[in-house]
Amino acid sequence: MTYAPLADCGEETAILPLAVRDLVLRLGEATILDGINFDLGPTGCTMIMGPNGAGKSLLLKLLHGLIAPNSGRISWGKVRPTRVTSRQALVFQKPVLLRRSVAANIEFVLRARGKDVARRDFLLDHVGLAHKAAQPARLLSGGEAQRLALARALATDPEVLFLDEPTASLDPASVLAIEAIVSDARARGVRIIFVTHDPGQARRLADDVVFLERGRVAEHSSAAEFFPEPQSDAARNYLSGKLLV
Amino acid sequence: MQSMGDALGLAVALVLSGDADLLEIVLLSLRVSLTATAFACIVGLPVGALVAIGRFRGRSAVLIVMNALMGLPPVVVGLLVYLHLSRSGPLGFLGLLYTPTAMIIAQTILIAPIVAALSRQVIEDLHVEYAEQFRSLCLTRTQTVQALLWDARYSLLTVGLAGFGRAVAEVGAVIIVGGNIDHLTRVMTTAIALETSKGDLGLALALGIILLGIALGVNAAVQSVRMAAVRHAYV
Repeated sequence: MTYAPLADCGEETAILPLAVRDLVLRLGEATILDGINFDLGPTGCTMIMGPNGAGKSLLLKLLHGLIAPNSGRISWGKVRPTRVTSRQALVFQKPVLLRRSVAANIEFVLRARGKDVARRDFLLDHVGLAHKAAQPARLLSGGEAQRLALARALATDPEVLFLDEPTASLDPASVLAIEAIVSDARARGVRIIFVTHDPGQARRLADDVVFLERGRVAEHSSAAEFFPEPQSDAARNYLSGKLLV
Repeated sequence: MQSMGDALGLAVALVLSGDADLLEIVLLSLRVSLTATAFACIVGLPVGALVAIGRFRGRSAVLIVMNALMGLPPVVVGLLVYLHLSRSGPLGFLGLLYTPTAMIIAQTILIAPIVAALSRQVIEDLHVEYAEQFRSLCLTRTQTVQALLWDARYSLLTVGLAGFGRAVAEVGAVIIVGGNIDHLTRVMTTAIALETSKGDLGLALALGIILLGIALGVNAAVQSVRMAAVRHAYV
């Protein structure tokens, strides 16, 4: 009997930097990602931007190993893992919380990864949910749920933290709370790869920006270069608020 | 023939009188059916979970068989268990025929497929929601199954209840392997069958009403637990 592929989590080697070469993803007849190339260094925060349907979220899942490309190569450091490694964590746009208490959601991950369960209280405090530890996780507000998802991701001590539009549909206070946690993680050395639609958020957090359009990298440049003078028409139109069709 | 009202009155009188024989029958019914339900859950839940998350050749056939086994005829199960436990059978040396243990075995075989098939559906639905997150968290298959079983626990209570309902109401298998021996293997359903055959329909009806009351009580208890879980968004 074989099972749906589960994560290959045996890789403990440092997995950065990242090199992506000629990555192609097709779903049915549609080519979603078409020859993606970029390199990411071992530190900082990379924002992946682009209009809806550009392939941002699928690119994140490819990098995390949740789906496999049709062709191309994703090289993490000196290894070439074909599946997600335990050195990465992903926070989804819509957090999937277990049907347990807030504290139990963290405990679950700590136990599963063989980590010290006593870290639970620190993590809850870190994301400002200590006072809600005993509450059912699925009764949290959107912002609280996303902070819990972040705490759960950080509980795995990731080397790379992927965030797939974690602040979509959240109020400004919740957005700032999430950004503060992400900034803190970056300051602690966690490599951040963050998908966002929000140019303001990208300006606040980005060290560099990968801009996707129609499944291709239209531009990859430092934040200092990208926002004042985007090189591609696609990025320029996007930042100026023009619709990309 | 006595009316339903007379039977209800007799049932209440029997319960209120604290009849020792009745209590013995009720307790044995509960012991046999609850034990069988527990064993069926121990076997059926992991099987249901593994099939729910598994993708393998022949899975569709397995699902068809699992669903078909939910309709196992009790007398056939009783006969098969009888053949195995009878003195000349392969397990005859155990001396289990006409004991509550034999009845538990028969009921377990009868309801384990029900538990497995229903839990498979419950867990598969939950797995659709959790699968990507679990892969991201690098869970092993064992951790995945454990987490799914735990998070589906309140829905699975209903599955267990369905199994218990089938077990406690079952007569064909337990009468074959238990023999309906007074003070040893007589349970509610076999007692009802016996009283009916003796023509004491009033007593049979009264026993039936008590059986129905037990089933309603267990259902109500499980339902109240489930409703509390719903309030806490644990379902």
